Amino acid sequence: MMMKKMRQIKHHLTEPLLIGYAAGTLPEAFNLVVATHISMCDDCRAALAEYEAVGGEVMLDAAPAQIADDALAATLAMIDGGVMAEKPTPVRRQDSLFPSPLQDYVNGDVDSLKWRKVGGGVSQLVLETSKEATVRLLRIPAGTAVPDHGHRGTELTLVLQGAFVDEDDRFGIGDVEVANEDLLHSPVAEEGEDCICLAATDAPLRFHGLVPRIAQRFVGI
Amino acid sequence: MLMETDTLTKADAPTLFAAYDGQKIVKRHDVEKPKVSTEAATKRMAWVAQIAAVRDNQDRRAFAELFAYFAPRVKSFLMKSGASPDLAEECAQEVMATLWNKAHMFDPTKASVSTWIFTIARNRKIDILRKQRRPEPEDLPWGPEAEPDQVESMGLQQETEQLGQALATLPEEQRKLIERAYFGELSHSEIAAETGLPLGTIKSRIRLALDRLRHAMK
Repeated sequence: MMMKKMRQIKHHLTEPLLIGYAAGTLPEAFNLVVATHISMCDDCRAALAEYEAVGGEVMLDAAPAQIADDALAATLAMIDGGVMAEKPTPVRRQDSLFPSPLQDYVNGDVDSLKWRKVGGGVSQLVLETSKEATVRLLRIPAGTAVPDHGHRGTELTLVLQGAFVDEDDRFGIGDVEVANEDLLHSPVAEEGEDCICLAATDAPLRFHGLVPRIAQRFVGI
Repeated sequence: MLMETDTLTKADAPTLFAAYDGQKIVKRHDVEKPKVSTEAATKRMAWVAQIAAVRDNQDRRAFAELFAYFAPRVKSFLMKSGASPDLAEECAQEVMATLWNKAHMFDPTKASVSTWIFTIARNRKIDILRKQRRPEPEDLPWGPEAEPDQVESMGLQQETEQLGQALATLPEEQRKLIERAYFGELSHSEIAAETGLPLGTIKSRIRLALDRLRHAMK
């Protein structure tokens, strides 16, 4: 079943996002979307490995810094003292809609979460990350339009369940939409199943139309 | 296309693996007209052997050799990423201690030594400099493996060397742009859609390994 899902992914991470993740320069909210997408997408997993390889070579190519005289001794003392405990790499817990990096941010599964209604039948759950960017889960009822909005900055939307369509394209499970300020679109959740997305942005969204704008003031997006 | 390359064969693997004898890197004399790329690949396989020596024998001499090469470069990367010299020094030592502790997790068929150390340094940077949580992709069930396939391992180390050489020969302006992206001087939105990175063939090798894994899991 996973195999089937993986082959269907059509919309992938962009090079700047993969470089940013590889170099450790993205906001935490974006890192969460990238790590979650890669958990679902072998193409981007392989691409990330490649950009990490570039990072290694950039590191080797830079002029080496002067290291302290006792650095090696101090490091060996640290090793002998056993002070560097490592956390294990996450492995997926079964039967969850959420890949493991997302599970670490969400306590529970879809139906046990504390969704908040944001109007138009849409619910959201804001996840806690560093302040440079925000990330939330969105639940959009099947057949429902997401309010028409433009973007400032960058917005990443990763589909976890169902699908949404806009004027140009369809985004199904595992697909990630990378939108910037040029994109003005009206996504609609496909009929059949509620669409659940993980959406991150590094700037507030601005909705067009009065009612969404009022709603925006209340929900803080 | 990227450079002249001797194609290494399976017969070369044991020799290259044995190149690190625990004390010094043995130069091979039995190859006719050794090319730069072969020597560089030998150097990279020596790093692989040094990590194995740390893993299997807690070999401090092998560790010291890795330390001498990598610690100053890790420190440099951290300083360019915004760490003070003192903090970068401390972090670089922690990165090298992590290398010791995680030596058993290094798999030379999935990453080269330079790539692996870079990711440890990157992670430390996020933990200490940026003080953020660090979401990671979930691990794939690669399953218990015997010794990593030596030809695969050598291929990956060699391709990483090729990548490094291709980067070094880029026009100055383009190389600076890539460096600035990796040192965090450019945000993701400032990185042009196309960096023109000479990525070579590493991705297809990794992709192939993933496909094999998926097939085995079916």
